[in-house]
Amino acid sequence: MITSVPYVAHVAASLTEPYEYTFFRNGVVVATIAGALCGLLGVFVVLRGLSYIGHGLSHAVFGGAAASAVLGINYFVGAGLWGIISGVLIGRISRRRIIGADAAIGVVTTASFAVGLALLNRYGQAKRSIEAVLFGSVLGVKTADIVAVAVVSLLVVAVVIVLYRKMLYATFDPDVARVSSVRVEWIELLLMVMLSLTIIVTMRVIGTLLISALLVIPAATSRMMTNSFAKMLWISPILGALAGFLGMNFAYHLDTAASASIILVSAAGFIVMYAIFGFRGRIRIAQLHHV
Amino acid sequence: MTSVHPLVSCWHMACAYDNALVLQDVNFDIVEGEFVGIVGPSGSGKTTLLRAILRTMKPVHGTITHRDGLRFAYVPQVETVDWNFPVTVMEVITMTRSRSKWWPRTSAVEKKDAERVLEQLGLAGLGSRHIRELSGGQQQRVFIARALFHRPELLVLDEPTSGVDVGTRHEVLHLLSDLHDSGVSIVLTTHDLNGLAAHLPRIVCLNKTIIADGAPADIITPSVLEQTYGAPMEVLIHGGMPVVIDTGMHTNVKPIRGVS
Repeated sequence: MITSVPYVAHVAASLTEPYEYTFFRNGVVVATIAGALCGLLGVFVVLRGLSYIGHGLSHAVFGGAAASAVLGINYFVGAGLWGIISGVLIGRISRRRIIGADAAIGVVTTASFAVGLALLNRYGQAKRSIEAVLFGSVLGVKTADIVAVAVVSLLVVAVVIVLYRKMLYATFDPDVARVSSVRVEWIELLLMVMLSLTIIVTMRVIGTLLISALLVIPAATSRMMTNSFAKMLWISPILGALAGFLGMNFAYHLDTAASASIILVSAAGFIVMYAIFGFRGRIRIAQLHHV
Repeated sequence: MTSVHPLVSCWHMACAYDNALVLQDVNFDIVEGEFVGIVGPSGSGKTTLLRAILRTMKPVHGTITHRDGLRFAYVPQVETVDWNFPVTVMEVITMTRSRSKWWPRTSAVEKKDAERVLEQLGLAGLGSRHIRELSGGQQQRVFIARALFHRPELLVLDEPTSGVDVGTRHEVLHLLSDLHDSGVSIVLTTHDLNGLAAHLPRIVCLNKTIIADGAPADIITPSVLEQTYGAPMEVLIHGGMPVVIDTGMHTNVKPIRGVS
């Protein structure tokens, strides 16, 4: 096949065109780091069977985002406090067995979500704010968002490195870990706090409705690719970052929503790996029955 | 030389869940070098007694004391393990050494230690295998290896032969016997009277409280077993070993058609 030089130059110019815009550059940086961050925490979410908690927590944080918008409080402070309290509450409820963790979490998160909707309807510029929080908005990404997602990512990476073995032990075998003096309840609490912070700093790009997908899909894909926990912790963030980066670029060129494009790229990666790893991969993923 | 102080000592111990007593008036010692099997029906308090020994349950009455600085390690039932979790044999063993270690990479010393334990248990060369890729006996040995990585003085096992085939049961029994000979004290729970308990030097019969405690020849008798399990049982001696026969099975149960 003969390719003319002007055609290649045209394609290159077309691919680099969006980078002329500050909002897009900011969006790509946040989406890529957010993808890696969600991919890293997603490993714990998927292996601990917390997928529904990630989903519920993102809805709960919506209430905090709405409340901070209405009260004029800084988003990171308002949604941050709300998210951490919800995370801790969800973590505690999920350990109780009287009414079932899923039902209890459903009550907390949907109530919080409803509070957010009601507040924005009553006091806010409802439609615009609700859409931005539900589906994310690249246009709204500012330098503060880049700093926030970078700080939380560094924090999460540091925690995972320092507590790697304890987190692995508590995830794989919590009962025996307790006997070996690992504070499993503290590890769970820490995980919920990290999850809350991750949702808060990534929500502006990905949105409440789709963030749980980014917490689940890269980790589930990486599970098909390896049988080692340590390798999953490398592969899943790389897949998440790739989904964030490619998804943003596709969103610009195909004129689609950034969050939807990121999740679709991630899902496409899952399907490709599902096909490549064949039966063995399908067995592994089938065993993650809660996903 | 055997220590005078027991490794674990229960004195009139009672344990409860939500005010419902599960164990009461338990008086029981484990001395260094012992190999003890705790037997009893489901709901008799075996697991609760193990939890008290492992310090994850506090008595509501009486006391349980552990020798100062006692190193113990716990081997869970293989049926409770998530065999699909993405961990290799080496990761299972080294995950336990989590204290005073802030960098996750396995050090050369740890790797050497882990390889020594793997070799001791006949698992040499299997460190990079996923836990599901092992045979039943090897899977059980991985979790015993993880416990031994701590160099415990007391090894605590919950139903080590539950859900395993006859070959694996023999393998586990021989392995535990070798470990006991090498100086490790062992306490385990089991439902397996003939395959495991009868081979141990000391058996404790439990049903809310201790019914009997002693050598198999003294403990495995129809009267003690009936008192423990609440069902009639017959005991035969075969090759010098007691063999328990559940007499209820052939007196109360209707025969299956076609089976004589």
